[in-house]
Amino acid sequence: MDSPHAPAGAKLRKALRQWIPQILLLAAALGLLWWLGHNVLENMRARGIQAGFGFLKEPAGFEIGESLLDYTPSQAIWRAFLVGLLNTIRVALPAIVLATILGTLIGLGRLSQQSGLRAACGVLVESLRNIPLLLQLLLCYFVLTSLLPEASTAWHPLPGVMLSQSGLFLPAWRCEGACHWELPRLEGFGIEGGFALTPEYLAVLITLTLYAAVFIAEIVRGGIQSVSIGKINAARALGMKPTQILRYIVLPLALRAIVPALTNQYLNLTKNSSLAVAVGYPDIVSVANTSLNQSGRAFECIVIVMLIYLCLSLLTALLMNLYNTRVALKGSQ
Amino acid sequence: MISTSLRRLLPLALALGALTSPAAHAGKTIDAIKQRGSVQCGVSSGVAGFSLPDSQGHWSGLDVDVCRAIAAAVLGDANKVAFVPLNSQQRFSALQSGEVDLLARNTSWTLTRDASLGLSFTGVTYYDGQGFLVPKKLKVTSAKQLKNAEICVQSGTTNEKNLADYFRNLNIKVKPVVFEGFEASFKAFFAGRCQAYTTDISGLAGIRNKEAPKPDDYVILPEVISKEPLSPAVRRGDDEWFAIVRWVPFALIEAEEYGITRANVDSLRASSKDPGIQRLLGTGEDSGKLLGLDRDWAYRAIKAGGNYGEIFSRNVGPDSVLKLPRGLNNLWNKGGILYAPPIR
Ligand SMILES: N[C@@H](CCC(=O)N[C@@H](CS)C(=O)NCC(=O)O)C(=O)O
Repeated sequence: MDSPHAPAGAKLRKALRQWIPQILLLAAALGLLWWLGHNVLENMRARGIQAGFGFLKEPAGFEIGESLLDYTPSQAIWRAFLVGLLNTIRVALPAIVLATILGTLIGLGRLSQQSGLRAACGVLVESLRNIPLLLQLLLCYFVLTSLLPEASTAWHPLPGVMLSQSGLFLPAWRCEGACHWELPRLEGFGIEGGFALTPEYLAVLITLTLYAAVFIAEIVRGGIQSVSIGKINAARALGMKPTQILRYIVLPLALRAIVPALTNQYLNLTKNSSLAVAVGYPDIVSVANTSLNQSGRAFECIVIVMLIYLCLSLLTALLMNLYNTRVALKGSQ
Repeated sequence: MISTSLRRLLPLALALGALTSPAAHAGKTIDAIKQRGSVQCGVSSGVAGFSLPDSQGHWSGLDVDVCRAIAAAVLGDANKVAFVPLNSQQRFSALQSGEVDLLARNTSWTLTRDASLGLSFTGVTYYDGQGFLVPKKLKVTSAKQLKNAEICVQSGTTNEKNLADYFRNLNIKVKPVVFEGFEASFKAFFAGRCQAYTTDISGLAGIRNKEAPKPDDYVILPEVISKEPLSPAVRRGDDEWFAIVRWVPFALIEAEEYGITRANVDSLRASSKDPGIQRLLGTGEDSGKLLGLDRDWAYRAIKAGGNYGEIFSRNVGPDSVLKLPRGLNNLWNKGGILYAPPIR
């Protein structure tokens, strides 16, 4: 049949066949979500539990120990959430950077020609990745707090730097009218001024970094080992220098194996930062827990935290995918 | 018993439960308890004087004794209680989701909790207030000297908010260090991370005596910055169960007023001619029937652990390590504010 309408009709039918199931699936998913949400609210009402997101506008009423924003208890709960979110990012982002650097070094260490270095890196990897993160975190925190002196007898490792149980205090560049270096100083029972990294922050940062680093080390090692020796030999035969081989042959090939796995580690690290609440670091989970308890809106607070982690994860994955498409070699190895 | 880490997921479990299950029926708690043969009682995970397990897993404390008295009244056996340790954050979800039948867990009665969490407070069993514990060597004598101090506090408590209120009013800056777990919070304090620890004064006395490396190195400051009326709580919507949890502690207070003790309860039941005592111990009118219990309910509750005064002195008063004064928790006619409505 060569009527011009037949192919158009077939195309339409094909499109319908393709789309109708998808639309039905989407409708079913939305319907299910609606039904679940409706049930939640209905049941909570029946049990006398109040529901709704209006509480986010109420004053928070609680202090938060450390904050990147100006924050006082009279501000709204949503702002407290924001403070918590920034605190999560403030610890997760540096940990990702540090873990990547450290992990790469350890991974290279495991491939080193020196047996001592190789063994040391091996021991580090095996011991850290086989101990639950929460235990490492608590251990690190209590070691930190019991080793350090009290605020009143803080150590001064460098001029303008104070180290004590209240944390690591560094000079800060402050601009109120004129700009100047503000030095930390003892005032009342604590240390005032300067730029402070609390023991809670340090403990979370250190443990997250180390824990992710040993996994990254394995990924880096695996990635490099996946580059077949034949390719390297070929490059040598072409007269490439070792640095050139690394730059143009090994790295591009290895990164293709490394980057997707690295994304997983970054996602894990960010989610693992939720353990911070165990040592009193006011991350998003800690703030949500407090709000949850002060307002009684358990369901809502959990939903918010889940959405925030989802967004953080999607964002990380997106950035990593962009990076991946840029660095990874096309085609098969 | 589910592990503590799993219980962190309780709010989620509650939410998932609410996703699917139909609304709870009223009046069913007592049936469930009888069928199960034990009362599920939510207590703290270990506050000396209120609820603390020993090395054999045997619980003791004021909150624990309240639960035992209720089990004795309802099931006829004070030992038919399953204690479920809950930290400050988990407690309300555990009650809402039905994991426990009641909370007897140093929990302050506040409007927000009473009106929005789907639970009801049954009546104060301990009048408390929030205070501060500090190391003696800091030579602090008043909370007003805590300028710039770091203060350890547990999250999910009224204490967190009171702390902010109090120092905001005084225009003094302090820094809270907020822990999810009780143990982590006081460990950090005793390690020197904070210059002060804040919670209910009874709780302070508990950690000072039970957890401090040297109790004498720490003092409780004189300021009492809040009202913390500690009360058991039950889920809303089950009036029969609510009434029982409300009236058993009243019976214990009433018993003290009448001078009925664990030691003399049997002889008084056999011989007392006082109509009030007869009513309470089930030899006069049957007060139990009205609560859906038998006539000996209060007798058994008193027999289980003694009257309120006995429970107090054994767990937190002169016969305990805490040695807390009776203060507000004395009977209304002895200078306190404990006042049980008449059992008649
Ligand atoms: N009464 C206050 C505080 C009660 C409270 O939870 N106190 C802490 C510190 S003493 C506690 O009991 N922790 C024990 C635990 O989490 O298991 C409230 O109801 O919020």
